[in-house]
Amino acid sequence: MNIDFTAEELQFKEEVREWFNANLPADLKRKSELGIALNKEETQTWGKILNSNGWAAINWPKEYGGTGWSVSQKHLFDEVRVEVGAPNIMAMGIAMLGPVLHAFGTDEQKAEHLPRILNFDDWWCQGYSEPGAGSDLASLKTSAKLEGDEYVVNGSKIWTTYAHYADKMFCLVRTSTEGKKQQGISFLLLDMKDPGMTVRPIVSIDGEHHLNQTFMDDVRTHKSNLVHEENKGWTVAKYLLTHERTGIAGVAGSKAAIAKLKALATKTIVDGKPAIENEQFAMKIAQVEVDLKALEYTNFRTLAASATGGAPGAESSLLKIKGTQIQQMLAELKVELAGYLAYPWGTLGEAGPEDFGHAVASYNFGRASTIYGGSTEVQYNVMSKGILGL
Amino acid sequence: MDFSLSEEQQLIKESVDKFIAKDYIFETRNKILETEDRFSRDLWKQYAELGWLGMALPEEYGGFGGSAVENMLVSEAFGSAMVLEPYLSTVVMAANALVLAGGSEDQKKELLEQIIAGDLLVSVAYAEATSGYNLANVSVTATGSGDSYSISGEKIVVLNAPSADKFIVSARTSGEQSDQNGVSLFLVDANATGVELTSYNTMDGARGANITFNNASAILLGAEGEGFEVLDQVIDIATAAICAQALGAMNTAFQRTLEYIKTREQFGVAIGTFQVLQHRLVDMFMAVEASRSMVYMVSMSLASDDANERRAAVSSAKAFMGPEARKVAQEAVQIHGGVGMTEELDVGHYFRYLTLFCGTFGSTDYHLKRFAELTQ
Repeated sequence: MNIDFTAEELQFKEEVREWFNANLPADLKRKSELGIALNKEETQTWGKILNSNGWAAINWPKEYGGTGWSVSQKHLFDEVRVEVGAPNIMAMGIAMLGPVLHAFGTDEQKAEHLPRILNFDDWWCQGYSEPGAGSDLASLKTSAKLEGDEYVVNGSKIWTTYAHYADKMFCLVRTSTEGKKQQGISFLLLDMKDPGMTVRPIVSIDGEHHLNQTFMDDVRTHKSNLVHEENKGWTVAKYLLTHERTGIAGVAGSKAAIAKLKALATKTIVDGKPAIENEQFAMKIAQVEVDLKALEYTNFRTLAASATGGAPGAESSLLKIKGTQIQQMLAELKVELAGYLAYPWGTLGEAGPEDFGHAVASYNFGRASTIYGGSTEVQYNVMSKGILGL
Repeated sequence: MDFSLSEEQQLIKESVDKFIAKDYIFETRNKILETEDRFSRDLWKQYAELGWLGMALPEEYGGFGGSAVENMLVSEAFGSAMVLEPYLSTVVMAANALVLAGGSEDQKKELLEQIIAGDLLVSVAYAEATSGYNLANVSVTATGSGDSYSISGEKIVVLNAPSADKFIVSARTSGEQSDQNGVSLFLVDANATGVELTSYNTMDGARGANITFNNASAILLGAEGEGFEVLDQVIDIATAAICAQALGAMNTAFQRTLEYIKTREQFGVAIGTFQVLQHRLVDMFMAVEASRSMVYMVSMSLASDDANERRAAVSSAKAFMGPEARKVAQEAVQIHGGVGMTEELDVGHYFRYLTLFCGTFGSTDYHLKRFAELTQ
């Protein structure tokens, strides 16, 4: 047993750090460090910078323009990324649609979409959840009926993150009501400019607009936009769940968050001394750090297993449950450190140090991490069934 | 032992609860949030007419001589609807500061009568950028004597400050930065020269401000250098009040969640049929009930003649309720799922309201430490 990285891997890490330091725009770095989401233009700018170096899609194979990196390289890249304060791009196209098209797309679909995803020319949003289909995703009702060469889509999708930025949406639709509910689902690509698509903004409890509800009213799309076979959409969705998801544990991000929290607690004077010298507070940071250590080594074990071919299945649920718990606790501690500066709302840096300006908003929105992408409760079900056989 | 309310208290409770249920629904609150003040001056007048503003204040100053129990009843009801009007700032904090500070009876009477009539809004400015929750850690200074003092320095997060007519400000007249002796309380006009506000919305929807005083003219309240004991007692009374408010908010968040799991269907059944959620709702219920016990306890302890007994009671309530409030708030959002994350549903607003409760007038750690020190 050893956890050392090879000399080549450490050399790689150094190169990544140098590149980031030379290419990361300062304004994006600051925003990222304060926990503020990048807007569309900023995301595209940063995405194109990454892509110019071939680093837009670290989870894609080389043949499609990805990095083709090993799990160790991806891990090290992520570690350096958060260490230097580079934004984590939440691009559904790269994280989700790309791997789906690699596995199930036609040559035409790949040729049409992959280069545009890679260069951030198209912004994709995900249409999975519906008002009546949350943890029970398979009960979704948005229908797609084939009329001639076109599917006619009717229904609505909710929690469509950044649909208001999006050019396109990949979604799960019902093409059949026969048999088990999972069997009548298909995976379809839509254009947000299609007639009949409307987007309603949903402001979340951080006071910001990330979420939407998207309505499809007789939206027509050519049948060539079906991915994989009709009524096989559930297979596609499930593939994504078991597809290797480096970073689902968020270890690198939490490590960086702990370092930042300690630094902030060192410079924040509370009643005459730095907050870090308050033993009660220092112990709470230590507790999270200890928890994170356990998660980090569990994550290493999963990485090592997947490097030798074992695809992480239900184990990724463990990583998500513990990883999001730690992220939420860190956000909570930052709010505690902010003290009365939890009150000022939407006044970045006007009422106190800029570091606290977005602390509460981040804590608030961070509550979503145990809800989206399969809630903690759903992850427990996955593990009790998939691992414990209950 | 008797936890029942007197007939008068029962009537007050019924009238406040009825008002909240009928006239302060979520949509009404949202409308109030669209106004500049972010609270309703009409409703404030109405509270005055109903006698709610003077309910717990002494009769000699125009109040109705009620006890902390009356204040508890109003606070719980107000918390259950996240009432925006400055009851906590003006009545619980400022009016009690005026009552408890020594000094001119005429001055007290005049100001308190105006407050009780709903004609005067006052906010207490005590927190500073590096003070933490220590009320004796005061770097704002005041110099002068007799009728003429001038005050300089900065206070942060003064609740409802943008609409206040006057401020009660803690300032140092002697001693080192954290000495209890040498802290004095002053009355400052909001529009006095040298008073500058940096105003903002607060996370609960109301308004607040940081205030810079630059040689602002101030009137001493009570004896010079002896303001700490008064401020400490005022903040204890206010802490008991926000515990009652939090209880109201926790109970509403719990009720909403209970209702939700009975009606929200997934996998063909109401999600309330899942045992894992049933148990978590029981946990929320237990948090509310234990918090209610603490709110009763602290309300009955406020009148204690022994200041340390009062302090220990207040700190025990706040230290206990902080984690319980946070748990109920987080669970309400989690169990509602995505919709709990939205501005559109009130649950997320209760989440924010309860988040602020945790860090107001002392964090859980602060009060646990204070309790430990008082009971060693």
